[in-house]
Amino acid sequence: MAKKVALLQGNEACAQGALYAGCTFFGGYPITPSTEVAEVLSVELPKIGGKFIQMEDEIAAMASVIGASLTGAKAITATSGPGVSLKQELIGYACIAEVPCVIINVMRGGPSTGMPTGPGQSDVMQAMWGTHGDHAAIALVPDSCQEIFSETVRAFNLAEKYRMPVQVLYDEIVGHMRERIEFPEPGELEVFDREAPGVGPEDYKPYDSTKGQVPPLAAFGSEYKYHVTGLNKADDGFPTTKASLVDAEERRQIDKVLDNIADIESYEEYLTEDADVVIWAYGSTSRSARYAVNELRKEGIKAGLFRPITLWPFPEKRTAELAKQAKAIVVAEMNLGQMVLEVERVAKGNCVVVHEGRVDGDPLNPGQIMTKVKEVL
Amino acid sequence: MAERYELRFSGAGGQGLITAGIILAEAASIIEGKHAVQSQSYGPEARGGASKSEVIISDAPIDYPKATIVDACLAMTQEAADKYANGIKKGGLLLIDSDFVQNAPEGDFIVHRVPIMRMAKEDIGREIVANVVALGAVIGLTGVVARETGEEAVLRKVPAAFKDLNKKAYSMGYEKGKELAE
Repeated sequence: MAKKVALLQGNEACAQGALYAGCTFFGGYPITPSTEVAEVLSVELPKIGGKFIQMEDEIAAMASVIGASLTGAKAITATSGPGVSLKQELIGYACIAEVPCVIINVMRGGPSTGMPTGPGQSDVMQAMWGTHGDHAAIALVPDSCQEIFSETVRAFNLAEKYRMPVQVLYDEIVGHMRERIEFPEPGELEVFDREAPGVGPEDYKPYDSTKGQVPPLAAFGSEYKYHVTGLNKADDGFPTTKASLVDAEERRQIDKVLDNIADIESYEEYLTEDADVVIWAYGSTSRSARYAVNELRKEGIKAGLFRPITLWPFPEKRTAELAKQAKAIVVAEMNLGQMVLEVERVAKGNCVVVHEGRVDGDPLNPGQIMTKVKEVL
Repeated sequence: MAERYELRFSGAGGQGLITAGIILAEAASIIEGKHAVQSQSYGPEARGGASKSEVIISDAPIDYPKATIVDACLAMTQEAADKYANGIKKGGLLLIDSDFVQNAPEGDFIVHRVPIMRMAKEDIGREIVANVVALGAVIGLTGVVARETGEEAVLRKVPAAFKDLNKKAYSMGYEKGKELAE
């Protein structure tokens, strides 16, 4: 049978991806350009016995997502930069308390209220360092409506598997544009469900590292009773200041990501094999870059595209290899220089690294990228 | 149509031009099985202000989702014409509402004038279908999708009670566009 297809907006595809992944809770506060994610889930979640709650503000919305997830629900919120700023304290809480959740950030201009209906890519460093303290982060940056669907599913999988918040960031252009989506059949995409505790309630410890890098999370409010806090804690969840315990827990929570890069990393390359110039771009900007690569190739310029799909953890290994192979890397992003700092860091001076940005609300177009490539060659 | 074909619908916010773009993208991608991307840009106002919707149609997957060199552009108001009737390719098409766009932008493209809003108001009886008249005219003029495909996409989008009204609006627009193309 032919697959079900539909012309969907990026935001609608995100909501459909969440449903495919088994999401049963949305807590949020409406904000352009992310509102359609909430709109669709407000209609669909009640139909499957799920819950949709519009909270009193962005902070409460994040708290509701953490609470829902602790009870065992796959939980999501959708917002934009101003909302993500407000959520930071609780994102840190979800990091240290190790609560799986998915945060959608449909990026607009900033800082502050910025330009609500204009696109931006200036929240990418915030996705890593927005909340204080050492922590790992996972952030995914899809570039099409189909990929928003599948990356939302993957965001839930990674959140549940590694017991942590996962952010999906896409700019207003991809969030609001419409493309044909093929709905995957059930079972076609992996859907990861949280591991069961494996021990009875009396023996359960929520942070028992002898159970592995990611100890299983029992449903809060069930017969499993445990303590949840933002303080550094011992394996039973109660606060501790014991140096060895604090150190081990801090490191485990970062290593659970860094030791599993192969599972988390995802990127795409286009004509990089013989590329003299690699355009390093993500989200809608990578689509401009692909157009630019094709045009540059017609002119005899060996250009290629590296497109991270997992932005955090940063794709260090492959970026470093490309820096050794290419004469130059052009980092194209709708901000005034963010991921370029990471590219420079791992390029270690092996090639020229330049930045092409834009923050006026217009898309970073192919012509702009082509001009930059020609300048650098 | 291996190459990209780029269309831009522009007018005042609330005139339904984003909807017109969505209907065209649906006709091309869902019904005809081509590749299509619809995007939009608008201000913070819910009504008024200039708004535009772009549709890229191609036989191949579409990378850059916004217009680069516009093949066909629609402008329903003077403000929209001033702001968005640019980047039209040499020999491309500009369709304007002849009552509302007094000063048509000049360039190496063909300007077609149709009293779109007046047709909707006087011939159909409802201003609200002006976007469907415009869509019909654009399809008639460009042949970017088949007449029937466009009609099917329009009818999929409207409630049962308004099907006849929209069918009439689409046909009237299409005929006018076709006539201008010949």
